[in-house]
Amino acid sequence: MTDSKYFTTTKKGEIFELKAELNSDKKEKKKEAVKKVIASMTVGKDVSALFPDVVNCMQTDNLELKKLVYLYLMNYAKSQPDMAIMAVNTFVKDCEDPNPLIRALAVRTMGCIRVDKITEYLCEPLRKCLKDEDPYVRKTAAVCVAKLHDINAQLVEDQGFLDTLKDLISDSNPMVVANAVAALSEIAESHPNSNLLDLNPQSINKLLTALNECTEWGQIFILDCLANYAPRDDRESQSICERVTPRLSHANSAVVLSAVKVLMKFMEMLPKDLDYYGTLLKKLAPPLVTLLSAEPELQYVALRNINLIVQKRPEILKHEMKVFFVKYNDPIYVKLEKLDIMIRLASQANIAQVLAELKEYATEVDVDFVRKAVRAIGRCAIKVEQSAERCVSTLLDLIQTKVNYVVQEAIVVIKDIFRKYPNKYESVIATLCENLDSLDEPEARAAMIWIVGEYAERIDNADELLESFLEGFHDESTQVQLQLLTAIVKLFLKKPTETQELVQQVLSLATQDSDNPDLRDRGYIYWRLLSTDPVAAKEVVLAEKPLISEETDLIEPTLLEELICHIGTLASVYHKPPSAFVEGSRGVMHKRLPARTGSGESTESPDVGAAAGGSVPEAAPSVIPSQGDLLGDLLNLDLGPPSSTGPPPSSSGSMGGMDLLGGGLDSLLGGDIGGSPAMGAGFGVAPAVMPASLNAPMGGGLGDLFDLGGGVGMPMGAYVPPKTVWLPAMKAKGLEISGTFARRAGVIQMELTLTNKAMSVMTDFAIQFNRNSFGLAPAGPLQVLSPLNPNQTIEVSLPLSTVGPVMKMEPLNNLQVAVKNNIDVFYFSCQYPISMLFVEDGKMERQVFLATWKDIPNENESQFQIKDCHLNSDAVSNKLGASNIFTIAKRTVDGQDMLYMSIKLSNGIWVLSELRVQAGNPNYTISLKCRAPEVSQCVFQSYEAVLKN
Amino acid sequence: MRSKEAQWSTAEMIHSLFLVNPSGDIFLEKHWKSVISRSVCDYFLEAREKALDPEDVPPVISTPHHYLISIYRDKLFFLSVIQTEVPPLFVIEFLHRVAEMIQDYFGECSETVVKDNMVMVYELLEEMLDNGFPLATESNVLKEMIKPPNILRSVVNTLTGSSNVGDTLPTGQLSTIPWRRVGVKYTNNEAYFDVVEEIDAIIDKSGTTVFAEIQGVVEACVKLSGMPDLTLSFMNPRLLDDVSFHPCVRYKRWESERVLSFIPPDGNFTLMTYHVNAQNLVAIPVYVKHSISFFDSGSGGRLDLTVGPKQTMGKTVEGVMVTVHMPKTILSVNLTATQGSYTYDNGTKLLTWDIGKLNPQKLPNMRGSLSLQTGAPKPEENPSLNIDLKIQQLAISGLKVNRLDMFGEKYKPFKGVKYITKAGKFQVRM
Repeated sequence: MTDSKYFTTTKKGEIFELKAELNSDKKEKKKEAVKKVIASMTVGKDVSALFPDVVNCMQTDNLELKKLVYLYLMNYAKSQPDMAIMAVNTFVKDCEDPNPLIRALAVRTMGCIRVDKITEYLCEPLRKCLKDEDPYVRKTAAVCVAKLHDINAQLVEDQGFLDTLKDLISDSNPMVVANAVAALSEIAESHPNSNLLDLNPQSINKLLTALNECTEWGQIFILDCLANYAPRDDRESQSICERVTPRLSHANSAVVLSAVKVLMKFMEMLPKDLDYYGTLLKKLAPPLVTLLSAEPELQYVALRNINLIVQKRPEILKHEMKVFFVKYNDPIYVKLEKLDIMIRLASQANIAQVLAELKEYATEVDVDFVRKAVRAIGRCAIKVEQSAERCVSTLLDLIQTKVNYVVQEAIVVIKDIFRKYPNKYESVIATLCENLDSLDEPEARAAMIWIVGEYAERIDNADELLESFLEGFHDESTQVQLQLLTAIVKLFLKKPTETQELVQQVLSLATQDSDNPDLRDRGYIYWRLLSTDPVAAKEVVLAEKPLISEETDLIEPTLLEELICHIGTLASVYHKPPSAFVEGSRGVMHKRLPARTGSGESTESPDVGAAAGGSVPEAAPSVIPSQGDLLGDLLNLDLGPPSSTGPPPSSSGSMGGMDLLGGGLDSLLGGDIGGSPAMGAGFGVAPAVMPASLNAPMGGGLGDLFDLGGGVGMPMGAYVPPKTVWLPAMKAKGLEISGTFARRAGVIQMELTLTNKAMSVMTDFAIQFNRNSFGLAPAGPLQVLSPLNPNQTIEVSLPLSTVGPVMKMEPLNNLQVAVKNNIDVFYFSCQYPISMLFVEDGKMERQVFLATWKDIPNENESQFQIKDCHLNSDAVSNKLGASNIFTIAKRTVDGQDMLYMSIKLSNGIWVLSELRVQAGNPNYTISLKCRAPEVSQCVFQSYEAVLKN
Repeated sequence: MRSKEAQWSTAEMIHSLFLVNPSGDIFLEKHWKSVISRSVCDYFLEAREKALDPEDVPPVISTPHHYLISIYRDKLFFLSVIQTEVPPLFVIEFLHRVAEMIQDYFGECSETVVKDNMVMVYELLEEMLDNGFPLATESNVLKEMIKPPNILRSVVNTLTGSSNVGDTLPTGQLSTIPWRRVGVKYTNNEAYFDVVEEIDAIIDKSGTTVFAEIQGVVEACVKLSGMPDLTLSFMNPRLLDDVSFHPCVRYKRWESERVLSFIPPDGNFTLMTYHVNAQNLVAIPVYVKHSISFFDSGSGGRLDLTVGPKQTMGKTVEGVMVTVHMPKTILSVNLTATQGSYTYDNGTKLLTWDIGKLNPQKLPNMRGSLSLQTGAPKPEENPSLNIDLKIQQLAISGLKVNRLDMFGEKYKPFKGVKYITKAGKFQVRM
């Protein structure tokens, strides 16, 4: 009889029947009934209603029945906490059972019942089990500590279980050691700063001994733990490596990869001229190669890690190219990874082989793979200069196959080759041109157009070719349209006589007939350039382009170092720092490879390996993408009414706030929001790209912005700069906008005063921001409820969010705004005080602060002077605190007060500062440290603005 | 200060396991921490939909709150749910153990078998993992905890009401040799070793070897009483490039003397795997002469295949089978084989030619015409050809066992070594 019989019962009355059977007097019937319940559970049916009946079966000598009931309990105790208490007595009793199997089973199950009330009862039995004479019970109890910690961490600490657990590291049984390590690892994950295990040469020695004797899984725990140790010197490092190397021959691939991690990390400390260093390098290759003959899923993870390893130490696998050759029946995810590694390993020595392979792959069935293979040929050309010619001819061969997607892919990469080796392979242009008609993908079309434009002077019929694209101009994607516009302008500059008509045609298509602001802007720029100063136009448009770099997709070195420390983890599969993606990893620390230290140099432990990064997100600096095509983006504003249907901000409340701080106080409050000369330049761009139809000049009046003198100090509260005129009426057909920014109750508000100085009524207001450094965006629509009559003024408060699109601006706090009304669209720029972005939870813990301060490299530190400030250090601290600049510690040295402060920006960037205030000296010195040093200047300006107001 | 910086990376934890059949039905779920709704599998099923082939489903998938790590094996998906940073290899290895355990207990790994033994599978999973930490994954330990089913026992159990669950602590569980229980007793003591080598190779159009390596494995079937301590030595151990051992093998002895010294688990186990990738050592036992051409008119083409022996070390090549993955547009084939028979599956576009034994005097040939779908252009992609073969009594690398010695026990065991060479991923490009 099989278990499928348990599923034959009809749905109706099933629970009822089971209930009766569970309460039967016959043991066998009871057991069968529990089995049926479990069977239902395994397929996801809800049988929680049977809880009391099942628990009643728990007191039994039959171990199988007991186990089954325990299985049930673990699944449902959480949903029936009161009932679960019923089970406690039996657990406590079982923990005293003479049979170690039952003792272990009881302590193990109790830990799985995630009910608060039960945990108190668990403590005593657990304490006994941790000291049980039987190692099987001890090792089970060790895991139970981790479970209990997950439910009630405080309890575990108060009961001293952590110390007991630490003691188990020295247990005589290796399995107990391994489980203790595993449990501590899990607990430590939620306690990044806790001093859970003092890794020192003695404890390391114990771990290394246990490593040889415990199970494969235990070995993984121990190896992962070892990887966190920072050896004192190269000798210790070598001796650990020697004892870890045998693990490379383990049948379990996870053990192998964890061993690779330890070795990759510790070998960093070994001098390169050491014989052992070379030996170790040689030993690493075979196990990595062997991983590739395992199951495809294992291969995939191995390949993702090998990708990191070859970037860090290409020498390990440089002779193993062939094992990465793709087999046609590899799963696609393995194929794509292998291809990546092949390119990384490509060198002059093996390029011929690689190219032959890639060419072979280009005729495979799988389209994605074929495309990537063709791209790979291009990457080889760019990486290995000597092979470029061969690559180009391979690509030409592929183009001859006329397979549509192969041709298109080839043209895209040939464009890159042209950029890397200008004026070298132009002879192939003719062949490329033959395929013009078959290109239907935007990227390929754009690439081809780029080539024609770039080499227009050598292509006799360039004008015809480009003209042929113009016919369907409006059907092309933006990418192609932009490229076509530029290409024709290039052509015009090179052959002005014959192509005047063509360029006019494209300019008018781009500026008059297109709704795409990117395209329009670019069109206007070209138009103006060409009409005002053709020489300048030539310099701009035909400027020499920067060469593209060798390998475009290399992982940035500090990230690579961190990932090497995380070999074998999910982070290594995703190539992202652990902090970036694992939910609930409270305060992941950043790891760095250890520095090389000679044994004689120092006995002090080097500050390596485990630099406590606190919760500072490493990725933060990269949150701000580099300033891209600013011109292109400026007008890419969709001014339709915002689709957000969220509740409008309560206007009465915010209006009240306005009255108090805005409007009438304008003249009283003054502030220097720190305009820099760069501002002017930033604005200089704006008018140039204004659509010609908006011929209102705009640049000039913005100087007003900076003419604000210092003003009267404000009472406590976050610093709010006074309103200034952002958009003068004369530039906006009678609409005058002035405004400021404030942070109120954690929400950033843009506070606007709109005045209608025109003769007609204004309605239909809407607002939109350009992408900006911190992703500021309106959190709701602009609430202008009534039409704005002539000479009427209205105060509006617009709540902002920080989840909008991000682009780095210059200056950083520049914000480009478009406001629309029934008359027109108006553009202006303003700068917001960066202090608006300081969030309320920006107070760092002291420990974290210290660690972070050390961890941020000194080159990220900047120093400023704040002059003429007459506050004592407490007043300073209070005043700054009101603006979310938190004082963490204060120290007085030689009559000089040192204030340590932290700020957290809305995008998660931390700014740490040290402010020195000397009694009687009105000049303060401030040092700022931040992983994204570009914000320092702005932050300093905020300090100054807050302190002086 | 160092202790402050001491930190721990990861906690190895598998939260839940789902078994999913090829049509996307979840037929078993097991949770080790708390219950996670099976709707989490939707992300996986979505990826499954997207993949052309079940083998192409990516093994690691991220969802907003979890990571899904899966393997595809025996036409089933083993899908685990992870909530914290966990080494994916750890999880994948474990999932393979689960599949092996099912195979080991029930003779096959299939949906039917799991459904028929649902409760036992569930009990086993509980034994294998505690709080997401692997607990007992060694077959012999598991079998002492939960006895595998057999017809006789289930009859006895039904009559007597006794149980499948062992009530004493497995003896191997805590000793330093967890893979072996004490008190093993046999009337016939025997130890057999199979040296199995698979050739992985890529041969290009012209017949040149692009890549070749040998994946070797030494499978053991040891049924010896007591605590035997074995030493296995090879005539030519230096052939082996990279080795991975069963945990029972003493690594130090291998390092210093190149012998395998071990106390074996009881029954069947993999003693060692190795590979040989020095190109010159890898003999290619067969060659294929192939030609495939298509008429310019586009209506069809011709195929001509001949298989012959190459470096066979004087042995007979048997079980030869050629599989050609045809271009998509081939509608049907009309071929004549001088030896063996062929089938063509129009759904998968697989042409399979089962040849059998290779006779060097009369080489098997298969030729004939291919017809294309009407109106289809000449196929763009080149087909690839896979070869299966077997050579008895030969390890193609030349590896030879020298001798097997037993210490620790007094009796004289039967000993035997068998060699076999097979094609692994052996492919020829056309």
